[in-house]
Amino acid sequence: MDFGKTQINFSEEQAMLLDAAQGMCADLSPIDKVRSLLEDDKGYDDNAWQQMVDMGWTGLALPESVGGSDFGLGALVPLFESMGKSLLTTPLMSAVLAGECLRRTGDSATHVFLEQIAAGAKATLAFVEADDWGAQHVNTCIEGGRLKGYKRHVTDAADAAILVIPAMREGVKVLTVVRGDQLDTACRTKHDVLDATRRAQSITLDIAEADIVVINGEVDRALQETQLIGALLVAAESTGAAVSCLNTVVDYLKTRKQFGKLIGSYQALKHPSVDVLCAIDSSKSLIYQAASEVQAGALSRDARIACHMAKSKASETLVFAGDRAVQFHGGMGFTYECDAQLYLRRGLWAQQAFGDPMHHRKRLAALIFDAE
Amino acid sequence: MATEQQLENFRREVAAWLQANKPADPGFLLPQSFMEVGSEQQLDFLRDWQYKLWSAGYLGMAWPSEYGGQGAEPVFQSIADKEMSKASVPIAFNVIGLGWAGPLINDVGTEEEKSQYLKGILTGEDIWCQGFSEPDHGSDLGSAQCRAERDGDEYVINGSKIWTTMGNYAKYMILLARTNPNAERKYDGLSFFLSPMKVPGIDPQPIRKLTGEYGFTQTYFNDARIPASCLMGEEGKGWQLAMQTLQYERGAEAGAAGGLSMVRIAFEDMIESLQGRQRDGSEVLHDPVVRDELMQLLIEDKAISIGEKRTLIGALNNDFRMSLPLSTKLRWTEHARRMRQAAVRLQGSDGGLYVQDPEAVQRGFWQRAYMQSFSATIGGGTSQVQANIIAEHVLGLPK
Repeated sequence: MDFGKTQINFSEEQAMLLDAAQGMCADLSPIDKVRSLLEDDKGYDDNAWQQMVDMGWTGLALPESVGGSDFGLGALVPLFESMGKSLLTTPLMSAVLAGECLRRTGDSATHVFLEQIAAGAKATLAFVEADDWGAQHVNTCIEGGRLKGYKRHVTDAADAAILVIPAMREGVKVLTVVRGDQLDTACRTKHDVLDATRRAQSITLDIAEADIVVINGEVDRALQETQLIGALLVAAESTGAAVSCLNTVVDYLKTRKQFGKLIGSYQALKHPSVDVLCAIDSSKSLIYQAASEVQAGALSRDARIACHMAKSKASETLVFAGDRAVQFHGGMGFTYECDAQLYLRRGLWAQQAFGDPMHHRKRLAALIFDAE
Repeated sequence: MATEQQLENFRREVAAWLQANKPADPGFLLPQSFMEVGSEQQLDFLRDWQYKLWSAGYLGMAWPSEYGGQGAEPVFQSIADKEMSKASVPIAFNVIGLGWAGPLINDVGTEEEKSQYLKGILTGEDIWCQGFSEPDHGSDLGSAQCRAERDGDEYVINGSKIWTTMGNYAKYMILLARTNPNAERKYDGLSFFLSPMKVPGIDPQPIRKLTGEYGFTQTYFNDARIPASCLMGEEGKGWQLAMQTLQYERGAEAGAAGGLSMVRIAFEDMIESLQGRQRDGSEVLHDPVVRDELMQLLIEDKAISIGEKRTLIGALNNDFRMSLPLSTKLRWTEHARRMRQAAVRLQGSDGGLYVQDPEAVQRGFWQRAYMQSFSATIGGGTSQVQANIIAEHVLGLPK
């Protein structure tokens, strides 16, 4: 029985990238900056986005032929871990996944969009229409010369220049590429996202087919693989966030006194903190092992196993860390002012994104038990 | 240095020998580890097997040839051990001798000590046990109170030791005892002995474990007289030798004679044990709820394994330094305990049967293995003590 690999390949370049990314994210996103953006309409800082574009992060995993640096998907894991650690959000994940999905269709018509994304065009991918991350069926369709449908949870849609939207055409699944300026405000509804550092919209589509680009090729596989890659990137981001969450808790346990003692000396608080630490260690090992497996080409069985494991564990870890962070801050933890809520809300958002832990374990089990 | 080709040839040779000589199922329970040898029947079987391994040249390969070894490069023994693990052969039971006392004698013993003890360790003729822990001093070895008083050319021993593996079968004990109760530092009052066990006044009382099996004794010393020549090194320098012994205990290949010390139990073994079993009228491994639990266990299993690789990559250990090395024992032992507990629970009604029952799954292997797993979550520092250490040393929480 083959349970996948345990090696981690982590190059000098990736170590440098991790180091640079951590420094940059910490500078760009101190916690008061995170808070100042919570109620900001746009939700992110243009300067932060521009720096990421300038650093080449938008094209990091894209091939040189479209202006990317072909650094490999694995290189994105340290970036998103670092962003998660500083709770820094920009449209980077949405853009990366839109590009990844387009590329994986193998359709040459995607070339022009990949160039734009590598160069820093904001893009997003509309994954779900309802509440089911396991749904294969797409209701949105091209009929009578018009693209019609409804998409929910479209991340960073508000100022995306490129929206990649799966749809059915004559019984075949395709990707449609819609320009942001083709969607007026009437067809967009802003979601109230639980993780207030993120932005998303639902979109009602009714556009002439003549105005959009239709991408063919291996659309089903591209979507499935992109969902797994999204799961890995959210896992990386969650792992980073869990690290900061635990640090926040530990700082409090080391300064808060009750009954004449620092509360961190109580085993009732110590031991679950160690449980969180061990969960973070697991998540970190799993995301970096997955980073060593994911490739530009079709995802191998080992890569799929690794992504399912990473997402399942990292999602549970951040919810666990955030949940305990609130509890261990006592009355303070119940307030909006306490940072614990930022991590908990991030965790609750992240656990559903690209499939919750059970979604991934179900598919993992199928790979382990059924595929041989 | 042996060439790759020589090593590969050797690997094949061992594999073929093990294949041909692996003992058949003896029809009675074999110990899952060296801490469970509880009957003469098991002892005879394991002693025969160890003798066979040694005679074939697959034990003590790196020990000097004048003391029963072969003076070969240690890599040969590692290869032999790996093949033994792959072939799931019985354990080489004389572990305290092979792994701890033997390497110590090899490294710091006198010529007399080497010629007197080493060969008997390898052949399995001389069983060794360890007298470190005491009933009142589990992990705190430095406070050991068992007394050794010099009287002419003898030492008189009084006190008791606990968790003495195979204490009732052993011929010799590595014994840490207090020769000077008034030493300024408690450590300086300790001395180290290579003590005989079969002398009047030494009384090993078997301890029955929760599994129903034996394997340990509490060893009572009541005016037991042993020759003064049993003192190893100098009087008052026993602590250093005890610490060196613990290094062998912890470091896998540091001078050990080789052989398996316990049956390896992996995640796939649990899956194998569940294969074909029924739940709700269909295969248990098709049950989505069961699968979800198994996947949680597998993810933990993989994560800890990957962690052993990640610990070597500096840049991926910067957030909580020392977290991986300090948590390894806690993680593996707790995981093993949970996995084995699940393996019992998933046996359906047969989960309620034990080793004597002919219907018990694999003769109650998992029931035993689960109860046995507490030896690792308690021994060597309980999980709760480990968690305190991690909280204080990695997270910096106050004592």
